Amino acid sequence: MGGPRRSPLTRLGRWLIVIGFAALLAFPFYWMAITTFKQTSDLYNVEHDPFVFNAAPTLDHLRLLFRETLFLRWFWNTTVAGAAVVAITLVLAVPAAWALARLTGRFGQQLGIGIFLTYLVPPTLLFIPMSRVVSWLGLQDTLWAIIVTYPTFTVPFSIWLLMGFFKAIPRDLEDAALVDGLTRFGAFVKLVIPISVSGILTVVIFSFTLVTQEFVYALTFISSAEHQTVGVGVPIYLVRGDVYYWGSLMAACLITSLPIAVVYNLFLDRFIAGFTVGAVK
Amino acid sequence: MAVVETRKLTKVFKKAEEGAVNDVDLVTRDGEFLVFLGPSGSGKSTLLRMIAGLEEPTRGDVLIGGDVVTDLPPRARGIAMVFQSYALYPHLSVEQNIGFPLKAHGVPKPKRRERVDWAASLLGIQHLLARKPRELSGGERQRVALARALVREPTVFLLDEPLSNLDAKLRASAREELTSFHKRVRTTTIYVTHDQVEAMSMGDRIVVLNKGIVRQIGTPHEVYDEPADTFVATFLGSPPMNLVEDTDFIAGFRPESVVPAEMVRGPSAPIRLRIRLVEFLGSERILHGVIDGGRFDGRKVVSRVATAASGGLGEGAAHDFAVPASEVKFFDRATGKRAAPRELSWR
Ligand SMILES: Nc1ncnc2c1ncn2[C@@H]1O[C@H](COP(=O)(O)OP(=O)(O)OP(=O)(O)O)[C@@H](O)[C@H]1O
Ligand SMILES: [Mg+2]
Repeated sequence: MGGPRRSPLTRLGRWLIVIGFAALLAFPFYWMAITTFKQTSDLYNVEHDPFVFNAAPTLDHLRLLFRETLFLRWFWNTTVAGAAVVAITLVLAVPAAWALARLTGRFGQQLGIGIFLTYLVPPTLLFIPMSRVVSWLGLQDTLWAIIVTYPTFTVPFSIWLLMGFFKAIPRDLEDAALVDGLTRFGAFVKLVIPISVSGILTVVIFSFTLVTQEFVYALTFISSAEHQTVGVGVPIYLVRGDVYYWGSLMAACLITSLPIAVVYNLFLDRFIAGFTVGAVK
Repeated sequence: MAVVETRKLTKVFKKAEEGAVNDVDLVTRDGEFLVFLGPSGSGKSTLLRMIAGLEEPTRGDVLIGGDVVTDLPPRARGIAMVFQSYALYPHLSVEQNIGFPLKAHGVPKPKRRERVDWAASLLGIQHLLARKPRELSGGERQRVALARALVREPTVFLLDEPLSNLDAKLRASAREELTSFHKRVRTTTIYVTHDQVEAMSMGDRIVVLNKGIVRQIGTPHEVYDEPADTFVATFLGSPPMNLVEDTDFIAGFRPESVVPAEMVRGPSAPIRLRIRLVEFLGSERILHGVIDGGRFDGRKVVSRVATAASGGLGEGAAHDFAVPASEVKFFDRATGKRAAPRELSWR
């Protein structure tokens, strides 16, 4: 690594901090994984060390999850709804954010803040009026109910987030593209969007994870098991009264969160990189 | 190659405020290197951006090659522009940056490669083609921006302070390179700067702007030796022209015209100066003095004298100087405009 040479003590301190954080962040995954494969008797015995296997690992919990619940169906629903919500969010938020970012003066600024404020209204309040809209559209108890309602909060947040990215793009760059032969729309598609990939990826991940974890709307708008998403189906069918199927619950969480974690890590450098460095001085 | 013309070109950003550019009429010559010179905020960039089509004029017209292009988008004007910030595309390599205008105009790939290589070799940046803009130094970025501008062989080059991000030494060599480059390609070029040295050394003609108004258009010699008004007189030259106000006129003379009296032959105006401060600049000295006695007693006058000729001109001393009569310019006191020469009595 670059940078000036540090004393061994400073370097040790750094490593301790890094390792500490890594352990902290990895712990939930470790906990989910070990619980998934533990026998129930091992899990519930308070005499046992909870961090290791005290009895042979088992696949019982996975069997329960896949055979006796509609987990695969929920997983599929989540993927479909997630993809749809991401698509709707991008189609609405990207052009809106660009327009707002380029609206100079106070008008654009205030409109941006206004849009962000709608994001702050909690879903626990909104689900009541929203349920009337959903039933008026005849969408109750279908996946469509959440596909049309989730953008009500993914879109404002994404607009607000993308505005920041677009505002950071120097105006000269767009002007240069216009002089070099593009139309305004061409400059937007061939220049603004590629430069803002990190912002757009952030929006994709934000919208998708929201679909996997959202509870209130999914619970109220969808009642039948086969239309539910992971976020609702899993806790409803694996928590029966006061009986928690911990092994299967953790298995479901692990299977859902791993793909997102992997995708996130693939694009990690994109999120961090100061992407416009070197464009202008 | 083409001639750029503006007709009563005006830009008002906010109603009720003064315009950033006001009724500018100018015509370039074919293949000319025209410089827009003016202080910060004088409307140079706005004028250039209107010529480029990046800013919509409030009034007036832009003509390129005889055609009115006021309503055409930038891409249809056959121009290329270099921005002060260089505006290189950060996500593309140097090669893709230079090829960008060609790609945007649908030039096929093999031809594109050829043109990019030609432009890169012209500016000596072939070895940088694979890099990203963030991996380049300021001078290298400037070359890439130039290569991108010339790769399409535009009819007009527009450059907005392309050297202001370079350090002094690099700027001097870049200035020279730009001039010799222009001599080779002979494309009509409009160059914006607030640096009078750049303007004087590079321009075929200089357009001096202030507050969005053209104060003078002329060759470097004309704007320096025959300034049209007091603004041009004081904006050009370092230190600026001395101005001495009388009842209805202003007399102006350059610091280098104020020389020790014993060195002047022919008709001249004598001035006695008390020297307050001496700045040593190597080959010459700047003497800051005040007039001692006479009608203009106490007015500040700056003199620039070769070090070799300035022996005995120390701080605090009073000395007789003289200004050759032909070097004194007269301006109208009310308007600041150039006025006819007249008899000047100092006593
Ligand atoms: N987009 C804009 N909106 C409002 N006013 C503007 C805008 N662009 C420029 N101006 C104003 O117009 C005037 C001229 O600006 P311009 O950028 O043309 O000056 P300049 O001569 O290029 O200055 P500099 O040497 O600092 O670049 C300034 O007073 C500036 O504040
Ligand atoms: Mg400018």
